[in-house]
Amino acid sequence: MSLKKRNYQYVGLLYVLPWVVGLLVFQFYPFLSSFYYSFTDFNMVSAPTFVGLDNYKKILTDDPGFLQALKVTTIYVLMAVPVKLAFALFIALILSAKLRGINFFRTMYYLPSILGGSVAISVLWRFLFMKDGVVNGMTGALGLPAVDWLGDPDIALYTLGMLSVWQFGSSMVLFLAGLKQIPGDLYEAGAIDGASKTRLFFTITVPLLTPIVLFNLIMQMVNAFQEFTGAFVITNGGPMKSTYLYALKLYEEAFTFFKMGYASALSWVLFVIIMIVTAVIFKSSTYWVHYEDGGKGK
Amino acid sequence: MTDARNGSNKTLSYVLLVVLGFAMVYPLIWLVVSSLKTNADIFGSSSLFAGSYVTDSYAKGWAGTGQYGFKDFYLNTFVLVVPTVIFTIVSSVVVAYGFARFRFPLQTILFSLMMATLMLPDSTIMIPRYILFNKMGWLDTYLPFIVPAAFATSAFFVYMLIQFFRGLPRELDESAKIDGCNSFTILIRILLPLCKPAIFSVGIFQFIWTWNDFFNSIIYISSVKKFTVSLGLRMTLDASSAVSWNQVLAMSVVSIVPCIILFFMAQKYFVEGISTTGLKG
Repeated sequence: MSLKKRNYQYVGLLYVLPWVVGLLVFQFYPFLSSFYYSFTDFNMVSAPTFVGLDNYKKILTDDPGFLQALKVTTIYVLMAVPVKLAFALFIALILSAKLRGINFFRTMYYLPSILGGSVAISVLWRFLFMKDGVVNGMTGALGLPAVDWLGDPDIALYTLGMLSVWQFGSSMVLFLAGLKQIPGDLYEAGAIDGASKTRLFFTITVPLLTPIVLFNLIMQMVNAFQEFTGAFVITNGGPMKSTYLYALKLYEEAFTFFKMGYASALSWVLFVIIMIVTAVIFKSSTYWVHYEDGGKGK
Repeated sequence: MTDARNGSNKTLSYVLLVVLGFAMVYPLIWLVVSSLKTNADIFGSSSLFAGSYVTDSYAKGWAGTGQYGFKDFYLNTFVLVVPTVIFTIVSSVVVAYGFARFRFPLQTILFSLMMATLMLPDSTIMIPRYILFNKMGWLDTYLPFIVPAAFATSAFFVYMLIQFFRGLPRELDESAKIDGCNSFTILIRILLPLCKPAIFSVGIFQFIWTWNDFFNSIIYISSVKKFTVSLGLRMTLDASSAVSWNQVLAMSVVSIVPCIILFFMAQKYFVEGISTTGLKG
């Protein structure tokens, strides 16, 4: 340690200083103070008053809106994230075969994930899935019954989920990058040993992609738990609160009712949930994620 | 035998890619075409094309009905986005340079902290940030977007640039040092020109994300005069109750045009940026 000290280049600190200040002011301080606010009653007009665990007590025992939001969000995450990743992986696998025009297809599939978070796309979704909209027009032409995509409480959340799945492009690009890094001689060696294509896929491709699956899974999960724009613009939580995602609940408490203390407690409950899910995924990853250095022994 | 099977496999792949790709892009095509339809033609028809087309949806939508129209929203969005992008680039480059090229006390801890903020849900810090900006009198201004950008608060971009710097040979720095450069002139004269692709990636991502941002805009900006495109679009959607659907669609097209142009112009940087860092979903 003391040996290393001599080599310190203190000018480096100067370069990272802006980030340190930003971290303290715009991330660390808000992080701690939201924890503090979560134990207060605060409406932004009068000073916060300490209420102990009241906010948390109310959330867990006396807030049907919280339970509904939690239920809706859980379904949304469990549905949208796996389907999105499955799509991303499936398309990436097809694209990774040496086909011509890969760049063209990659662009086409990637485009929606660039635009997906915008209000314009939410507007588009609302139009496409209206009762007399295009989607029903098309399924009607095929002789299928009309579906009330956004008006039926049993379906609306899945229609929003489709919007998320439509944006699988960014996960796909990561899978593609991962596939590119798998050394070709692994397949050659496997083929010489007489392994079938299916076997090569399950013994080489799948294990070597698992770290990227893990990364995508966590990032998409964290994002899905906080999804807002679609549910707000397209359905505004309805019908019958069937698309009342957690971020909508949070927004409502904080910026409609200005219950900042209560909303802070809600945000901490979400934080803890996300952390627990992340921890569980990480823990489970020792069973299904393959780390190359473990195999190489170097 | 195997050749024939490979051939048919390829054909199958192509068919699948084309069909799926078409399904992916079809909503966007529909958006553009329908923005030129009459209101009556937008609904109730599964056909993409209509009997007749109108173009006044764009002019009317652009002008808007109230005191402020999309010309204002557009201008506002640029006023918000351009400084945010520039500050993000400058601050992220400087900080990434510090992390990538120097060894200083607490470096490992600071680096881990930065990676941790990647995972920190925005919703957790959103409320105190709002209270803080309120105290500073920044509500209903663009400062809540611009100022944090000047402090490299997007760990994603810093990390992306650190990875890029690490890929540049250190011999460059050392020979420049011998030639009399100090650490800052090394960054400006030697490394910066080489970083162009990474800088483009950062700029493009930040432009599109900030341009499309809705959640922060709706929280921080309240007066219509200062509305961004996303806020203006939602207002149009709420205001035009069943009257001028084609205008809403036309303005939706207009609002994503800058992002689409940027995407196609700089496609290379996009895909490279995202895959070299192996980050972001």
